[in-house]
Amino acid sequence: MLRHAGLAFAAFVAFIVFALPAVALAGVPKPVIDIANPGQCIASPEVMRRTHMDMLLHQRDKTMHEGQRGGKVDLNGCIDCHASKSNGSVLGSNQNFCQSCHAYAAVKIDCFECHQPKPGKARIAGIKP
Amino acid sequence: MSEEQKTGRRAFIAASVGAAGFVALAPGVKLMDLAQARAPGESVSGKVRWGMLIDTTKCATGCSDCVAACATENAIEPGSGRPAQSSQWIRKIELKEKTGGHRELSLPMMCQHCANPPCVDVCPTGASFKRADGIVLVDRHICIGCRYCMMACPYQARSFVHEPLHHQNPEVPRGQGCVEACTFCVQRIDRGQGPACVEACGKSGHEAMLFGDLNDPGGEIAKRISTVASSQVRADLRLDPGVRYQGI
Amino acid sequence: MAANIVYREIANKRTFWLLLALCGVFIAGGFWAHLTMEHHGHVITGMDNRIVWGLPHVFAVFLIVAASGALNVASTASVFGKSIYKPLAPLSGLLSVALLAGGLAVLVLDLGRSDRIIVAATRYNFKSIFAWNIFLYTGFFAIVGGYLWMMMERRMNAYAKPLGATAFIWRLVLTTGTGSIFGFLIAREAYQSAVMAPMFISFSLSYGTALYLLTLAAACAIDDRPLGDAVVRRLKNLLATFVAASLYFVAVFHLTNLYFTRNHGVENFILVDGGIFTALFWLGQVAIGSVLPLFLLLAPGVNRCRILLSCIAIVIGGFCQMYVTIIGGQAWPLDLFPGFAASSSFFDGEIHGYVPSLWETLLALGGVALAAAIVIVALKLLRFLPERMDDQTLDPSHSDARAQ
Ligand code: SF4
Ligand code: SF4
Repeated sequence: MLRHAGLAFAAFVAFIVFALPAVALAGVPKPVIDIANPGQCIASPEVMRRTHMDMLLHQRDKTMHEGQRGGKVDLNGCIDCHASKSNGSVLGSNQNFCQSCHAYAAVKIDCFECHQPKPGKARIAGIKP
Repeated sequence: MSEEQKTGRRAFIAASVGAAGFVALAPGVKLMDLAQARAPGESVSGKVRWGMLIDTTKCATGCSDCVAACATENAIEPGSGRPAQSSQWIRKIELKEKTGGHRELSLPMMCQHCANPPCVDVCPTGASFKRADGIVLVDRHICIGCRYCMMACPYQARSFVHEPLHHQNPEVPRGQGCVEACTFCVQRIDRGQGPACVEACGKSGHEAMLFGDLNDPGGEIAKRISTVASSQVRADLRLDPGVRYQGI
Repeated sequence: MAANIVYREIANKRTFWLLLALCGVFIAGGFWAHLTMEHHGHVITGMDNRIVWGLPHVFAVFLIVAASGALNVASTASVFGKSIYKPLAPLSGLLSVALLAGGLAVLVLDLGRSDRIIVAATRYNFKSIFAWNIFLYTGFFAIVGGYLWMMMERRMNAYAKPLGATAFIWRLVLTTGTGSIFGFLIAREAYQSAVMAPMFISFSLSYGTALYLLTLAAACAIDDRPLGDAVVRRLKNLLATFVAASLYFVAVFHLTNLYFTRNHGVENFILVDGGIFTALFWLGQVAIGSVLPLFLLLAPGVNRCRILLSCIAIVIGGFCQMYVTIIGGQAWPLDLFPGFAASSSFFDGEIHGYVPSLWETLLALGGVALAAAIVIVALKLLRFLPERMDDQTLDPSHSDARAQ
């Protein structure tokens, strides 16, 4: 199935790389993340943690301007896998996948100003997102 | 292209064609012509120019199935403010000739996907752009919401999102503070389907909308445009809109 | 001459703080309005998909246009070598920078995504006149800033002239750019005119000079600095010329539009039955903004009070003009199907109404307050104005000649 590919905004690369260790050293407890579907991501957690924003940024321009969809990097793919089972979203509480880390690193997420934080599957199945 | 790639591509096209479920109405009549579906990871091609032909003699006064289908597909809801603050990607315009027999017409109006789009010319950031296949889009990642494009569009095709949204279609990101307009259902086109409005118009039985590649000489739309008289709205502005009207 | 002129900061602390506090209230109000609009979206404003540019744009464009005109006095001093204006030139540069800052602040804070202003500063579409304006505005700040420095730093005085000339040309281009924002809108009948750019330049000259005279008078009043009649009277002639030129261009604009039959609709709307717009045009722009000042300035027996009154009238007329141009131009529906009466759910064929909300009014006023605050603070911190501006000090040769 061709899925809508990733469109995302991630401009705080340096910030997250530097802020994460700094906050960790200060003794803030590590975020508790609710992982709904444990398993293989498109890359190792280390790589994903540090570069997901670059991947999404790159793909976003490809999809938006050249219409390339259905590739490996796909924001809707992230959401499909990582939406929590309790509220069906990647946002909502500091345990939800995206929000947990971003709250911990104090990095604003701009993606969901426009993107739907709930999976497309729900929509296809007729559930109102 | 290797033999294997070709087969792969053909298989993909066949699959998308199946998925699109060409709205076949009568033998030989189809409202959408989408022989150009692409393989995953392939960029849109400049050889294609998507366009639409609207037959105003078939479009029915009072019917707004296209508008409803657009709202469902793109999750467009009326806002909480005044009506003029809600988005309208497609609208029905009712016309009445001022002189003569006061002929009445009804037609859908949406972004005309101009070949020389003034919205793109004026956009300070380059957020408004024209894709290689002629679809004019707003890149919401860089739109700053200045609304200059809305001032520039002769067709009043654009809307500004006046408040936070929550019920977006995951395939159609939309959000507060950016400008938006009809995308020809780009998310559907990219998977080999046509716009939702055209499909709905076919289902309603009016068959007033035809969608396809204007550049494909063998395609239905190009054939129709070369045989019947059609016009572009405000052709005097020479923007070369991709949406053509018949019977005005 | 210039050597024995002493420049001073504002001495009157009480008035300074009072004025600054007043501006502060309005700036805070504007910022609060911005935050509220950003939180709820533009749904709380009077703007919508038909009137997409509202009161903030009326104020912002007025301030930006006036900013360029406020540089007149400095240009006359250094470009055209009129030494009598030299001591008054720094205030002119200061006022123009302040007005531009105020106007731009309003424009930026009204954006749908003003948080993305960095995007506007890093991504350009060079076909867009808007993007060009971003360069023109930043360049203007830099050039006028440098110019101010050259003027105020004795050792650098020699460089003031070339920079002044650059600033002069730059601001003509800047106003052309601002005027062209409207001129480029091919679709809008109300803006289709080649006269738009020169018309905006003449507007800018008269609005800027009027605001300059008002600021000068106010700045003198704060500290009871003497201000000579000769200099004010000279500026008056300049002002009258600018007002007359503006009126001339307005007439040409509407007459040429009337020449094209397809524009009769919109012209009839603005000039005859546009309700508020017609009233603002004839009463505000023409009567108060042009005829009254011309009368006040040119009728015999002109005195300072009449000159200042005419400045106030010009500013009021200027706001009316911007309202008619910006809002009136959008209120008139676009004609997609000539020869047909159109109607739709999206208001095709209807005249669009506009009622500004409290929020956009606050935001607009905040920009004015910001411009005023910049002038006040700069006058307090730096030596922008001579201690005495009586005719004897400003132009000894002139008054000597008269005395003989
Ligand atoms: S119809 Fe309007 S929004 Fe669409 S491409 Fe043309 S100018 Fe742009
Ligand atoms: S509102 Fe967005 S798309 Fe329209 S001109 Fe401004 S930046 Fe471009």
